[in-house]
Amino acid sequence: MWRYAAKRVLLAFPVLLGVSGVVFVAIRLIPGDPAQIMAGQAATEEVVRQIRQSLGLDQPVPVQYLYFLRNVLRGDLGRSLFNGVPVVEELGQRFPRTVRLAVASMAVASLIGIPAGILAATRRLTWVDTLVMLVALVGVSMPVFWLGLNFILVFSVRLQWLPAFGYGTWRHLVLPSVTLGAASAAVVARMTRSAMLEVLGQDYIRTARAKGLAERVVVHRHALRNALIPVVTILGLQLGTLLSGAVLTETVFAWPGIGRLLVEAVLARDYPVIQGTTLLIATTFVALNLTVDLLYALLDPRIRYE
Amino acid sequence: MGATRRVLSAGAVVWRRLRRSRSAVLGLGILGVFATSGLLAPWLAPYDPYASDLENSLKPPSARHWLGTDELGRDLLSRIVYGARLSMVIGTIAVAIGVAVGVPLGLVSGYLGGWFDLIVQRGVDVLLAFPSTVLAILLVTILGVGLVNVMIAVGIVSVPTYTRLVRGQVLSLKEQEFVEAARALGAGSLRIVFRHILPNTLAVLIVQTTLQVASAILSAAALGFLGLGVQQPTAEWGAMLSTARQHIQLAPHTLVFPGLAIMLTVLGFNLFGDGLRDALDPRLRV
Repeated sequence: MWRYAAKRVLLAFPVLLGVSGVVFVAIRLIPGDPAQIMAGQAATEEVVRQIRQSLGLDQPVPVQYLYFLRNVLRGDLGRSLFNGVPVVEELGQRFPRTVRLAVASMAVASLIGIPAGILAATRRLTWVDTLVMLVALVGVSMPVFWLGLNFILVFSVRLQWLPAFGYGTWRHLVLPSVTLGAASAAVVARMTRSAMLEVLGQDYIRTARAKGLAERVVVHRHALRNALIPVVTILGLQLGTLLSGAVLTETVFAWPGIGRLLVEAVLARDYPVIQGTTLLIATTFVALNLTVDLLYALLDPRIRYE
Repeated sequence: MGATRRVLSAGAVVWRRLRRSRSAVLGLGILGVFATSGLLAPWLAPYDPYASDLENSLKPPSARHWLGTDELGRDLLSRIVYGARLSMVIGTIAVAIGVAVGVPLGLVSGYLGGWFDLIVQRGVDVLLAFPSTVLAILLVTILGVGLVNVMIAVGIVSVPTYTRLVRGQVLSLKEQEFVEAARALGAGSLRIVFRHILPNTLAVLIVQTTLQVASAILSAAALGFLGLGVQQPTAEWGAMLSTARQHIQLAPHTLVFPGLAIMLTVLGFNLFGDGLRDALDPRLRV
């Protein structure tokens, strides 16, 4: 296990280096001149040149990349071009909020998805199964931002039960987390169903049934435990999807996390913020995938020896 | 001659299985409706989708305007019908870009192995390190907004999926006997890859492509909604939702219908893809 873990962790480093390269290059490919944006349209050429020099933009590109890497490793991601706040500070404030949203959505996804999948699998080929699977397919086909807007329409505008936007209390968390968790719940339900069906067809289940165990015990004690292994993997991978969806959900509900920060920064061409946000999101994504892989190996010893 | 007939009958088998699959029929039906409205938009749309009529803005559905009007008094039904054309085109072309780049990369990478494979796979790893929406946003930020750039960005996002998928297929296929037989008969690498290996990956590729169009349409709509995709006043469903959001209290119908159109189209592709998977290869059933 330790050797496997060490290998996987080491393999993540070149990927992260690649990510930093992509982000660095991407930011420099964006049309427009950061120095000009910082200086404003009316600035003289002299001022623009000074800013360019202070940002290191007058250096050759490879040198700029090395500086960039050094700064990233030191935890220096520059400052916002607009309000001058250090990007690291801004991310530090907003990242926990996105994590909070993602974790709540993950809870929604598992609490709905796993029971729904078990239900569909145990009632295979009945109308219950068909209905659950159809709802799940509708769930993955729905644009997440549209679902959120519909929730606002029904629960905030019409019924006035929950706030439409903002951040703070648990009431602010309900609509965004259900919105964001819905599509993942659908994916989890589909996965749970197929994993359960696979396990329920195996010999040891027949043995358990043959020795007269109650169906409930067979399903929950014997089948579910093994079926949950792929489900856990899917849940982990869904966290990445949730980060993607957070960009949209946070925009719909004005949730002050990093997803909304990214969209705002892109619309305002705030280069250091775009850079910092994408770096943080991709790094989180890589770390999550790594954790899932390791967890999978821990749960299922067969993986380690492949 | 005999070979042709066998290929045809394989197609007939798939078609028969497809017709028996409820999800495939339902999916095909939904897609038929949207494809037809996209193709025949100029004849089907009751009004000009860009003709504004400020006196009749944000009107709820009525006999004159079946789905109501938007903030400029434009007929919503007409805009949705034209939007179908746009979404179908965006989805198809974006996926075509993904296939055109991703499939050859996966084929060569899997077949050759070695340093080429190593480089391509690390590149794929890096692209997959970005959640798809984030990568799409980053790409349109570089390319600029607008229809063509959205298709390119969404297409690039799907490249790693295809490369991974095809490479995996090639790795298992190239060890099989029929490939060895072809090589023994003196077939070159190009011929083996394109004539013997590629056709055997088609079933998986077709299913993946159907599902990929669904996610491409969703991504494009998301970019439109964020204001980073197809721009106003173009009748694009995502962009329509972005303005509808401001009138959520006054005119909920402007919010409901374009979203419903996106959902149904994507659902159609997903249903059809599921049915296709069962018909082409029952072993792949999830």
